[in-house]
Amino acid sequence: MFIRLRGTSYLWPFVLLFVIFGLFPLIYSGYVSLTSTNLYTPDQLTFVGGENYSKILQDDYFWNALRNTLTLGFLAIVPQLFIALGVANLLNYTLKLSTFWRVAIFLPYATSVAASTLIFAQLYSKQYGFVNNLLGHIGLPPVDWQAGHWSSQIAIASIVTWRWVGYNSLIYLASMQSISNDLYEAAEIDGASRWRQFLTITVPGIRPTILFTAVVSTIGAMQLFVEPLLYEGGNTGVQGGVSRQYQTLTLYLYQQGFSFSHLGYASAIAFSILALIVLALAIGFGLARASRTVRGAA
Amino acid sequence: MTVTHLQRPSTVAGTPAKPTGRPRRTTGRHGGPMVYTLLTITVVLSLFPLYWIFVAASRTNAELNSTTPPLFPGARLFGNIQAATEQAAIGRALVISLVVSLAVALGAVVTSTLAGFALSHLHIRGQRLWMAGIVATMMVPLQLGVIPLFIVMARLDLVGNPIAVILPYLASAFCVFFMRQYLVTAMPGELLEAGRVDGASTRRIFWSIVFPIARPGMAVLAMLTFMTSWNEFFWPIVVLNGDNPTTQVAISQLGQGYVHDQSVILAGTLLCTVPVIVVFAALGRQIVGGILQGAVKS
Repeated sequence: MFIRLRGTSYLWPFVLLFVIFGLFPLIYSGYVSLTSTNLYTPDQLTFVGGENYSKILQDDYFWNALRNTLTLGFLAIVPQLFIALGVANLLNYTLKLSTFWRVAIFLPYATSVAASTLIFAQLYSKQYGFVNNLLGHIGLPPVDWQAGHWSSQIAIASIVTWRWVGYNSLIYLASMQSISNDLYEAAEIDGASRWRQFLTITVPGIRPTILFTAVVSTIGAMQLFVEPLLYEGGNTGVQGGVSRQYQTLTLYLYQQGFSFSHLGYASAIAFSILALIVLALAIGFGLARASRTVRGAA
Repeated sequence: MTVTHLQRPSTVAGTPAKPTGRPRRTTGRHGGPMVYTLLTITVVLSLFPLYWIFVAASRTNAELNSTTPPLFPGARLFGNIQAATEQAAIGRALVISLVVSLAVALGAVVTSTLAGFALSHLHIRGQRLWMAGIVATMMVPLQLGVIPLFIVMARLDLVGNPIAVILPYLASAFCVFFMRQYLVTAMPGELLEAGRVDGASTRRIFWSIVFPIARPGMAVLAMLTFMTSWNEFFWPIVVLNGDNPTTQVAISQLGQGYVHDQSVILAGTLLCTVPVIVVFAALGRQIVGGILQGAVKS
């Protein structure tokens, strides 16, 4: 119910700031991506047309970064969402100290990405790191968590997972709490085990939320930046490992723009990331529609 | 895509959140020993890295690099902190971060409460279009506009100035969405109508009806925004330098710089992380409650 009051003036502060500092830069980067612009003379833009984009197509480092972004994203998102689902299911029981569990599990999210990365970098360090020490105790050889392709990606993915499990658990928990208790009681009477209840009531009940978190995590993973930058730090960090084995797209954007001073080329990379994200969103929307249709037909 | 809406806040954030208003699980949904065991494991994994900063920050580098890493805090905490503050301007960074995060939290909450009020209860031409636009921009990563934003800041002569990391965050689509959902559910339209009948102006209605009702939502949003702002990395590292760092810039300087003493790096990290963790631990119940209320529902 809307009352006829002129409301637009209440929107202006937001809209004005948003257009200047949010929308305009995003759109303008489309133009910058068609120019050659140097970091130290940022007001001299030389129009070069599609040159940056044709350069991208032949840039092995770009494709390497794209591959890394996809594999790192996969390694970070899939375990993260599965664990979060399990944890949310645990939190959904009637618990003693329920606030304590929720806050404790959410605490990693309050830790900054930079801080978490430095902590984990130390835990994963080559010779005397805590993780390798632990592996030694159970009789396994130490792993080179820095130079290895997969081992370094797994280590970085674990940082992402650690930070985000709690957040996603709470989102799932909120969704689970809106499932009617009657369903569980009925299942209980039918003698369904808790595992069966989880699979047949809980998971279907929160399916849209699962899809939502998957899409949001994918968008986040496309922009992984701080973890790879600080994992080894210094110049190694900027290029994403000694052999670029974990350089992500956003890291490559940063390197091109702010280490090599190629603002035009960096903008072209930014627009490519944007295209990827739009693609991911389209797939997410498509899946949502498809799952609704299937349920409607059933 | 999921349709998102806030649940009507069952408790006012700020008062102890009793689980009233939710169906209590009565039969067979109490957590058993297995549930508590799994939760304990999760909490240990969540908290161990945070505990580890303490251990690492209070030891010498040599102790940290011994063949069996220490498990308990040592005596070097203050020495390491002192060394860290000599390597990076951490004291200055803490002050800058505090000012920046407070300004961002305040500004974003004000702009989004005004806009949220307009979008929830006032008549606006193209209402649906506005909401669609806001949801869409929540998904699109505005940090991809980082290069034009840098050009803008360079023209305004704000590179290296903390104001540059305040301005872009004063308008947030997420915050507007949050406040709009909050006001839709927390404020009945009749209340506004009553005010209107009494001949109150929109401004008066805002101050004497909307504002008191919105306050709990504003408080949760302010805490979340403060935390996000404190932990922001990408834009600050691009636009700021060592003279005016935020905490995250200072951490990354420690991590990327010439300091090879792990315990000093982690002491600095600890110093920059503790404020947020303390705020969070103290207000965790409200923040988690806010997230559970504002979470995406199917």
